[in-house]
Amino acid sequence: MTISADHTAHPDTTSQAPAEDALAEAAKKFGITAEDYMLPARHQIEMVDPDGRLKPQGEQGTELGHEYPLPGDDELLAAYEQLVVGRRVNDQNSALVRQGRMAVYPSSHGQEACQVAAALCLSKGDWMFPTYRDAVAVMTRGVDPVQVMTIFRGDWHGGFDPLQHKVGIQCTPLTTQLLHAVGVAHAAKLRGEDTVVLAMCGDGATSEGDFHEALNFAAVFHLPVIFFVQNNKYAISVPLAHQSVAPSLAHKAVGYGMAGERVDGNDVVALLAVLDRAVALCRGGSGPLLVEANTYRMQAHTNADDDTRYRESSEVAEWRAKDPVNRMRTYLTDRGLLDDDGEARIREKAEAVATQLRDGLSEDVPVDPQELFRHVFEKTTPQLREQSALLADELARDAASTSDSKEAGK
Amino acid sequence: MSPTITTSSEANGNVSAATARAAASAAALSEAAGPQPVTMAKALNTALADAMHADPSVLVFGEDVGMLGGVFRITDGLTATFGEQRCFDTPLAESGIVGMAVGMAINGMRPVIEMQFDAFAYPAFEQIVSHVAKMHNRTKGAVKLPMVIRVPYGGGIGGVEHHCDSSESYYAHTAGLKVFTPATVADGYRMLREAIDSDDPVIFMEPKKLYWSKDLVDLAELRTAHSAAASAGQSSEGRAAVARPGTDATLIAYGPSVPTALAAAEAAALEGRSLEVIDVRTLVPFDDETVCESVRKTGRAVVIAEAHGFASVSSEIVARVQERCFHHLAAPIRRVTGFDIPYPAPKLEKYYLPGVDRILDAVDDLQWEN
Repeated sequence: MTISADHTAHPDTTSQAPAEDALAEAAKKFGITAEDYMLPARHQIEMVDPDGRLKPQGEQGTELGHEYPLPGDDELLAAYEQLVVGRRVNDQNSALVRQGRMAVYPSSHGQEACQVAAALCLSKGDWMFPTYRDAVAVMTRGVDPVQVMTIFRGDWHGGFDPLQHKVGIQCTPLTTQLLHAVGVAHAAKLRGEDTVVLAMCGDGATSEGDFHEALNFAAVFHLPVIFFVQNNKYAISVPLAHQSVAPSLAHKAVGYGMAGERVDGNDVVALLAVLDRAVALCRGGSGPLLVEANTYRMQAHTNADDDTRYRESSEVAEWRAKDPVNRMRTYLTDRGLLDDDGEARIREKAEAVATQLRDGLSEDVPVDPQELFRHVFEKTTPQLREQSALLADELARDAASTSDSKEAGK
Repeated sequence: MSPTITTSSEANGNVSAATARAAASAAALSEAAGPQPVTMAKALNTALADAMHADPSVLVFGEDVGMLGGVFRITDGLTATFGEQRCFDTPLAESGIVGMAVGMAINGMRPVIEMQFDAFAYPAFEQIVSHVAKMHNRTKGAVKLPMVIRVPYGGGIGGVEHHCDSSESYYAHTAGLKVFTPATVADGYRMLREAIDSDDPVIFMEPKKLYWSKDLVDLAELRTAHSAAASAGQSSEGRAAVARPGTDATLIAYGPSVPTALAAAEAAALEGRSLEVIDVRTLVPFDDETVCESVRKTGRAVVIAEAHGFASVSSEIVARVQERCFHHLAAPIRRVTGFDIPYPAPKLEKYYLPGVDRILDAVDDLQWEN
């Protein structure tokens, strides 16, 4: 099933196995019907309740064929550290916007558990395709925080190399990146690589055509893609009820012939359990999958938005009580995995990242006007060379007249 | 997708015939020696097969391109020769095809994808404009998208609505895309190979009414010439061709309008007027030099295109020539284009398409009395 320099065609039935066979196989593995494998469990997967208590196993939402082992302590501690850093980054960036040092920042405050789990479930060779709100996920994946925020600083459209980090550009047009994720997975599969690709979008985005096309392509070509939907309840101002009347967004999976699952998006323990298993399934050839995380956008869409126009503060307060960071702190402290020293060390690290962001984003980065023309094409055109010369000439004359007037002023 | 409408019997060959021809179409070495009558479709098909032979990362996909070989048979035999992983059918979704190609190009492949008809490419517009065109710039060149989007375009085949649009201006207007359109069989081969070799994304506009036009060409020689040029890092990208030399006026045309312009020049010659015909070949990048050199020589020009004239490639050409050749012009530059109307029904298309008479009328209008 791989592409090699050997150009002869091999009739290869295994690689073209219809998706339904693969589903039947997956279902057989878990001892349930294909429909039960594809349909999400009756309730969302939730392991640690909003008060930070581990739920009894019978109340975690798991079912036959939808079983999720608790992630290991090290993984949970690492996740907590990233949660604290992520929260600090969200709040630092919002402050930088208020101070006019960043053009805009779509904050994921309240969604940090989703952000962190999306990055931590992947291996080094895997790919992630984020949206504009997923800066914390990109950072958690290991991209330098200042490079991540360059997109919002205003001197270029992005600051990191997607190929180096295996992280797509933070995509603004909704769900278009899901198809890029499908293509990356398809290319990897053709080369026989075991790459898993996680593609992110929000609840509103599930109404877009590319959401449908991406899920269908991934299912038809049987690709190792996890579609990770952060259902934060609002698309700017429009509530979920205006986007979809499906029983849940995870239920959309069955229509494509793939498995779907719902998870408490403010419970990083459940998120890691569900996503770790999804990654393992994809890597083992049972992908794609759709995972819906039930979370909440605690702040306005961006600083330019006024969320009091479309939602009640009581609703926001209700979700504040389900905060993912506090919940995890309580859980780890109660389990004796986190003490005051550990907490202090993590806070110090978060503060260091915040300082790095303040310094990096306050820096007056010089822009090079000629860069406007440098990257449009790999091989430039005579027309762009002409326009580049025009701008250079304009700037040279500006500089000359400035120095002339300085001379005159002497 | 609506059914494919075509008036050509050659486009309706049955699948078993297609399969029988498959080996021959890709087994390039079995070609007869020397120049042979070859169709544009065959030249494009051979270019695809040769590119797939040369580079295992070249993949072909789209709607009906696999077993059927494409509704115009341009991908005929590729699945049989290279397997279902390298030439395959996708679900019927154009945005999906382009978006998946973007991801494949990000991850080391060189996809060559087919939009079945000009107007069927519109669902993919967002992917093309927001990602294909911008990825290189956005990532400061870190991510290259070496992909080709093949678009059969234009009318003159008796096709119904949505099968005959001249959509090149949308792409040419979008910064970050290169737009090629061949008018000869040899260019069909040469330019498609160059488009596939290009590290920039190329919209490859194929004049569908020329698919079955034949020229005497030597495919083996074209193949050798391409290899030599490619290893020397040479490409004809951005170079227009003088399709017919002349002295009195310049006809500037591209794609499906080039043979019409040549026919007009032939007719004008009978009346004692020598017209030079320029085949623009690559709309982006545009060859100002060749076009303007001709107009400075002749002092008169007519731009010919099937597409609507308003806010189009033809209006861009007029503007560029006027800016660069004003003092050499004996008359205002004229255009002969499609009218600014939705593409007409088959029985009306002859009134819409630029024809020899309309071109000659425009030439007559170029203030010869001065």
